[in-house]
Amino acid sequence: MATKAFQKIYTKVTQITKATCSLKASGVGNEELATVNGKLAQVVKIMGEDVTLQVFEGTEGIPTNAEIVFLGKAPTLKVSNQLAGRFFNAFGNPIDGGPEIEGEEREIGGPSVNPVRRRQPSELIATGIAGIDLNNTLVSGQKIPFFADPDQPFNQVMANVALRAKADKIVLGGMGLTNDDYLYFKNVFNNAGVLDRIVSFVNTTENPPVERLLIPDLALTAAEYFAVDHNEKVLVLLTDMTLYADALSIVSNRMDQIPSKDSMPGSLYSDLAKIYEKAVQFPDGGSITIIAVTTLSGGDITHAIPDNTGYITEGQLFLRRDSDIGKVIVDPFRSLSRLKQLVIGKKTREDHPQVMNAAVRLFADAANAKTKLENGFDLTNYDERTLSFGKDYAENILAIDVNIGTEEMLNVTWGLFANYFKPEEVNIKQTLVDKYWPK
Amino acid sequence: MSTKGKVKGIISNLVIIAVDGPVAQNEICYIETGNTKLMAEVIKIIGDNAYAQVFESTRGLQVGAEAEFMGHMLEVTLGPGLLSRNYDGLQNDLDKMEGVFLKRGEYTFPLDKDKLWDFKPLAKPGDVVAAGSWLGEVDENFQPHKIMVPFTFQGKYTVKSVVAKGQYRILDKVAVITDSEGKDIELNMTQKWPVKKAITCYTEKPRPFRLLETGVRTIDTANPIVEGGTGFIPGPFGTGKTVLQHAISKQADADIVIMAACGERANEVVEIFVEFPELEDPHTGRKLMERTIIIANTSNMPVAAREASVYTAMTIAEYYRSMGLKVLLMADSTSRWAQALREMSNRLEELPGQDAFPMDLPAIIANFYGRAGYVYLNNGSTGSITFIGTVSPAGGNLKEPVTESTKKVARCFFALDQTRADRKRYPAVNPIDSYSKYIEYPEFEEYIAKRISPDWTKEVNEMKTLLQRGKEIQEQINILGDDGVPVEYHVAFWKSEVIDFVILQQDAFDKIDSVCPIERQQFMLNLVMDICRTKFDFSNFNDVMDYFKRLINICKQMNYSEYQSEAFESHLSTLKEMLTSEVVSR
Ligand SMILES: Nc1ncnc2c1ncn2[C@@H]1O[C@H](COP(=O)(O)OP(=O)(O)O)[C@@H](O)[C@H]1O
Ligand SMILES: [Mg+2]
Repeated sequence: MATKAFQKIYTKVTQITKATCSLKASGVGNEELATVNGKLAQVVKIMGEDVTLQVFEGTEGIPTNAEIVFLGKAPTLKVSNQLAGRFFNAFGNPIDGGPEIEGEEREIGGPSVNPVRRRQPSELIATGIAGIDLNNTLVSGQKIPFFADPDQPFNQVMANVALRAKADKIVLGGMGLTNDDYLYFKNVFNNAGVLDRIVSFVNTTENPPVERLLIPDLALTAAEYFAVDHNEKVLVLLTDMTLYADALSIVSNRMDQIPSKDSMPGSLYSDLAKIYEKAVQFPDGGSITIIAVTTLSGGDITHAIPDNTGYITEGQLFLRRDSDIGKVIVDPFRSLSRLKQLVIGKKTREDHPQVMNAAVRLFADAANAKTKLENGFDLTNYDERTLSFGKDYAENILAIDVNIGTEEMLNVTWGLFANYFKPEEVNIKQTLVDKYWPK
Repeated sequence: MSTKGKVKGIISNLVIIAVDGPVAQNEICYIETGNTKLMAEVIKIIGDNAYAQVFESTRGLQVGAEAEFMGHMLEVTLGPGLLSRNYDGLQNDLDKMEGVFLKRGEYTFPLDKDKLWDFKPLAKPGDVVAAGSWLGEVDENFQPHKIMVPFTFQGKYTVKSVVAKGQYRILDKVAVITDSEGKDIELNMTQKWPVKKAITCYTEKPRPFRLLETGVRTIDTANPIVEGGTGFIPGPFGTGKTVLQHAISKQADADIVIMAACGERANEVVEIFVEFPELEDPHTGRKLMERTIIIANTSNMPVAAREASVYTAMTIAEYYRSMGLKVLLMADSTSRWAQALREMSNRLEELPGQDAFPMDLPAIIANFYGRAGYVYLNNGSTGSITFIGTVSPAGGNLKEPVTESTKKVARCFFALDQTRADRKRYPAVNPIDSYSKYIEYPEFEEYIAKRISPDWTKEVNEMKTLLQRGKEIQEQINILGDDGVPVEYHVAFWKSEVIDFVILQQDAFDKIDSVCPIERQQFMLNLVMDICRTKFDFSNFNDVMDYFKRLINICKQMNYSEYQSEAFESHLSTLKEMLTSEVVSR
């Protein structure tokens, strides 16, 4: 970044902490960007003449006579069609060896959509994965994370979903991505021949954690450009939001803020909501759908990060290994798509809602039967049947390697019902049973 | 001359302003930045420094920016035309804002200044009036909207004149009243009120006792709420708080419904925008939107305005209650409001209480719930605000400050249960932990005996005992195994399942099942209790399950059928046949 004539230069730092440094300066705006010996920083507090800057890369090696230049603007991104197919770092600079982007400079973290201007999401996103399409149907304009332990293949599932989603653009926001996973995404998109539809902002584990804080806003500014200026359907992938939240806590702890639960800042809910609420169906046809990853620790969803996320997002897709079939499944109990009501039985076959619920209820019965078995009790005939059903259901519907159309998912499920149950045992509206029960 | 000031410090949306004159706690000021003015509220004063929370993003704001103090607290404008509107937390009319994105510093007038209203005088010259007295009336979406003496007026006044029946705009003069010193005051149809103060133009707040029908069985039948009552719905995410609140707001027998979407999802508000103009009020047949006001301050809108939103909603509710109307107020979620308080308290570096919430959180919550209630107005009419708030406990753990503080003040507790939600037993209201304190009120018992039937309370209690018993037996079966308990235990367990599946569970997304009027609730409870009182004679537990599954299935088909329709009656007769089969002991 070249220093321009009107910029004020300061050379006296009054205080340095791990994440921030302070100086005396005037005419500075809140959230304005600055460089500290070339490192990018942002104004986080002004008290009279005392200005505190958050240094994204960390303050290692910054001397008290560091050269500080205020850039006179909040963080921005240059937007244009040139973004497509490119890879950037957390400051929006190309990391793929390509040229700088030319385009209109926009502030990132911009204003919210007026709720009365939003349209109700109504377009189904088919992924072929029955654990998603049948039980937790996704809709354009939705925001939903995968909840998964770090050893689950969430990035692979997410990449599959992205490729099958028929989006006009896919924006990848990688936070604390391992280099391997970064290359994985690059490869998958490349092999699928869709690289020209992808925009990536990547902070890897090799980059300083605080830099990650800029990734979601950059990704969403790019997404808004395509969704608003070009009315495109944009899918934003954010992985891993747990590492983003960790970066938030690093900053707030270093700024001596009072932590709330799990040493997260008290504003965690609002901070995450500002990102996720960027998911929207615009009136002119464009949309932003956010699929994120929130890694869990030992499946604990009561931790402040997944907990606050669950309160914000429109459901969650919970991945776990099913020991009965030895595969990863989309857990039907802990997963939820809150927008599925808008499309199931409307954009899909009429029996979808009832079939979905009935199957999950029977799967719950299977779980009960399993507990009984583990506790050494005799199983009833019904228990035996639910157990067999549960296994088939996990294998043919819940497993993440399933890839079929929605009608087929429904037919397969009716088939499983008929294999193991009598119509009155599945609790489905009689009119639907009459029509769809396999004869 | 109003007080002015200059910005001295900025920490996120907390701004410290050096002032040149008197300022009041909670006074509103506007801070200039670029070419916009940002609205802010004073929340702390030390010497010449006023600490203000800005209702907008403070990006780009600089030290030295000018601030002007307005001499009043955060207030709302009250008058005809509030109904059917979509406001933000500060009562800006969202529909009047241009563009897809919200613009910082854009404030819009909440009412329509040009619309003509059919005014009818209610007071006449010589009448002695006071704050809240009805001077006239206009028809607002078929509700008699009273034009009142402003609530801020103190003491007695004499009516000098009221305009004749006719059409007027909200800012036209409609009355002149004279104060005790003989000074004339002209009144139009609007008034302003500071949201953080309660409107108390009533003579008495008796204990509420009239059932507020919600059409939700697990509420009306099991744990009813009353007109002017308070309730709260705590539950982990995804257990059905919002769906339940929306169901209540669609079906409840209320004149006015105010929904404060406080720090939750924008798409949930959009759902209301889309549905309410289409759906009908089951009690009047008119469009739901006609009786509804929405205060939308979603999670991505400024945090300070989120805190204001619940007060804005409550003040509008109090305004309509003063007209003698039955108001239902819903806030989703009160936890987000508490979190807004926490964010600010932390920025002010106040001594934190539990979970870093402000120390006075319980008092703030109690004060807010205290504003609801059933009242006798000065003219003898009655009005009510029923308030139901959701609570989003961190980690789903009910032992946290917001839940605990709310539990102390709200009289109905609708506890949503993760296990019930996981098993899709919706609404996931836990029938055993939840309660309504109103059931214990003798006035309520008397009322409900007349409204439904003399033995209603007895039936409901019997139902709850059976549920409790069913739960105990299930635990025993889990320990001892199916054949470790007598067959009668299985029968008792399955009877509790009948109650659960037929009475408690209700499909909020089924056109018919979602709304259950009280007569139908009575019919179904009687039916289910008849089943539960029937003695059965099974030889083994497998038969018990088969039989009851079939029975539940028939009852559910009834719930999905139009009440007393052919289909309904036909399922009923199938059921009656089942109840005469050989397993029924005579
Ligand atoms: N009464 C109900 N009938 C059917 N489904 C329901 C019901 N209540 C909740 N659900 C399901 O649960 C989901 C989450 O409900 P919601 O009210 O949004 O939860 P919360 O507000 O507690 O987070 C809904 O999207 C819906 O799928
Ligand atoms: Mg909710």
